[in-house]
Amino acid sequence: MSDLPQQLLNGLSLGAIYALIALGYTLVYGVLRFINFAHSEVFMVGAFVGCYIGRLAGAVTWWSGLTALAAAMLVCGVLGWIIEKIAYRPLRGAPVLNVLITAIGVSLFLQYGGQLVFGATPRTFPPLFPETRVSLGSLDISTNQLIVIVVTTVLLVALQLIVKHTRIGTAMRAVALNPKAAQLVGINTNTVFSFTFVLGSALAGAGGVLYAMNYPSIDPLMGVMPGLKAFVAAILGGIGSIPGAALGGLILGAAETLVGGSQFSTYKDAIAFGLLILILLARPSGLLGRATVEKV
Amino acid sequence: MPPNPQSAPPPNSRLWTLDYRLTATAAILAAVAVSAFGGSINAYFLDVAMTAGIAIVMAVSLNLINGHTGLFSLGHAGFMAIGAYLSAAVTLFVGPHLAGPSPAAITTQLIFLAALVTGGLTAALAGFIIGLPSLRLKGDYLALVTLGFGEIVRVVFQNIQPLGGALGLNGIPPLTTFAWIYGAVAVTVFTVSCLVNSTYGRGWLATRDNEIAARSIGLNTTRYKITAFAIGAFFAGVAGGLFAHLRMTIDPRGFDFSRSIEIILMVILGGMGNTLGVILAAILLTLLPEVLRPVAEYRMVLYSLLLVTLMLVRPQGLLNLRFGKADKLKAES
Repeated sequence: MSDLPQQLLNGLSLGAIYALIALGYTLVYGVLRFINFAHSEVFMVGAFVGCYIGRLAGAVTWWSGLTALAAAMLVCGVLGWIIEKIAYRPLRGAPVLNVLITAIGVSLFLQYGGQLVFGATPRTFPPLFPETRVSLGSLDISTNQLIVIVVTTVLLVALQLIVKHTRIGTAMRAVALNPKAAQLVGINTNTVFSFTFVLGSALAGAGGVLYAMNYPSIDPLMGVMPGLKAFVAAILGGIGSIPGAALGGLILGAAETLVGGSQFSTYKDAIAFGLLILILLARPSGLLGRATVEKV
Repeated sequence: MPPNPQSAPPPNSRLWTLDYRLTATAAILAAVAVSAFGGSINAYFLDVAMTAGIAIVMAVSLNLINGHTGLFSLGHAGFMAIGAYLSAAVTLFVGPHLAGPSPAAITTQLIFLAALVTGGLTAALAGFIIGLPSLRLKGDYLALVTLGFGEIVRVVFQNIQPLGGALGLNGIPPLTTFAWIYGAVAVTVFTVSCLVNSTYGRGWLATRDNEIAARSIGLNTTRYKITAFAIGAFFAGVAGGLFAHLRMTIDPRGFDFSRSIEIILMVILGGMGNTLGVILAAILLTLLPEVLRPVAEYRMVLYSLLLVTLMLVRPQGLLNLRFGKADKLKAES
């Protein structure tokens, strides 16, 4: 294993992307208590927005890259807002199963609607940032990997600040703790739900662009696998916990890259799900999650 | 402790007649199928009808898990894959050893039956194992574990080289006939109907309607959940075996998440826990792509819109034909 540091670096950059997507799941689950299956499709839309902006921009500069990133976050934020408004809001108070089924429906709609709009064939993702490679001993670092790690860190810190230190963030935490009590003290829960979706979806948009930069072929079904794995990461870290999502993403990314580099590489896709079943059996609340007692 | 049969309320007479009518219809269908062996039916219609039959077995067995017991499973295609691969392995590798080079027709049929049962039992074993985590998980989490299970099954079969690996398994003998499929339909519908309407089946309904209440009156809900999973998986495995010997070639990618979704859609469309509705939905959803062939690329978009609209407008299912008294037995969810 002489290339262990290299594998760890690759794992870190993959894990950072998982962490970004996992944050969206964790936010929505923390506040609304349901799995937003459509999240992975928002991620896919983010990648496509990045692709179109990258083509439009022409010249590859730092500004074009940042513009693409911002545009993807904006479009995905709006998309998340629309999804919440149309599909999930009318179901507030409905049984969990109905919401879950609706989420799967929205997810399929975006996948196959995406095939109609974007075309089903995979397309190459244009370079967004000027790329150079740095060699540090046996370590081969691409600037894209560094960008992924830096952007993720910035967004994570920003998110933590929003949730902990702003008015709407406080409201989000209040709703997560007890929606009814939050409503009683005058919090508009609908606003909080919308905001949560916008925030989570914007992160997924950024994740989509970053993912596509490193795996330069995108198609409308690309979101499914990273989305599911990111969800596993969210559960691994403890769903509802922001540091947990980041930790879970990093662990999953590292585990997957290490297995991918070993002789068991064909089992790479099964790692996440095996891990999921293990964690749910051993510690359903995740690594950093708090166990809750169900009251009758 | 299971409830005392003596003290169980008498079964709702209307429900009983409905389910017997169901099984009778299925059996008649099978009989018609046998007479149809004269072979004057258009091969295309025959193929569509056989596909519909397999869909019915899948949907009714998933209905036992999702509809009657209230466990949301997203991995039903995984059980189908296990049944398909195991039964194909029996007819391809074990069968020739037992029967010799030129077996009699009856021997071939018996081996096929054994293959189907093997596939079903292995799937049931998997259902038992996947049922164990449902001990402590519910709702979303259970859905995810079953989804993960389906994906793991797919990846594992992609890596078993003797079973064709990622390329799929070819050259499976075409043993599935109309009579086999509709025989399986009749058995599945009959078994599931009888079980659900039995004293034992009331334990499933109780688990679904209110798990805490069910446990407080002494029902072992964990055992009910696991049996539901295992029985549902058994029939899915049998359906997989029939599918393998109908198509003659199977591929791990054919049993992916979207296959599971298709079956779930049948159950939801028909109304969860409503056997007749689910059968109709299975037929409808098999016919729909055939009718919609000119606009094939819109099919999945249409399906997903249907799913969302149904949940918003009519969550009890489009084809839920039970009204009045029987309606009260329906799931709250």
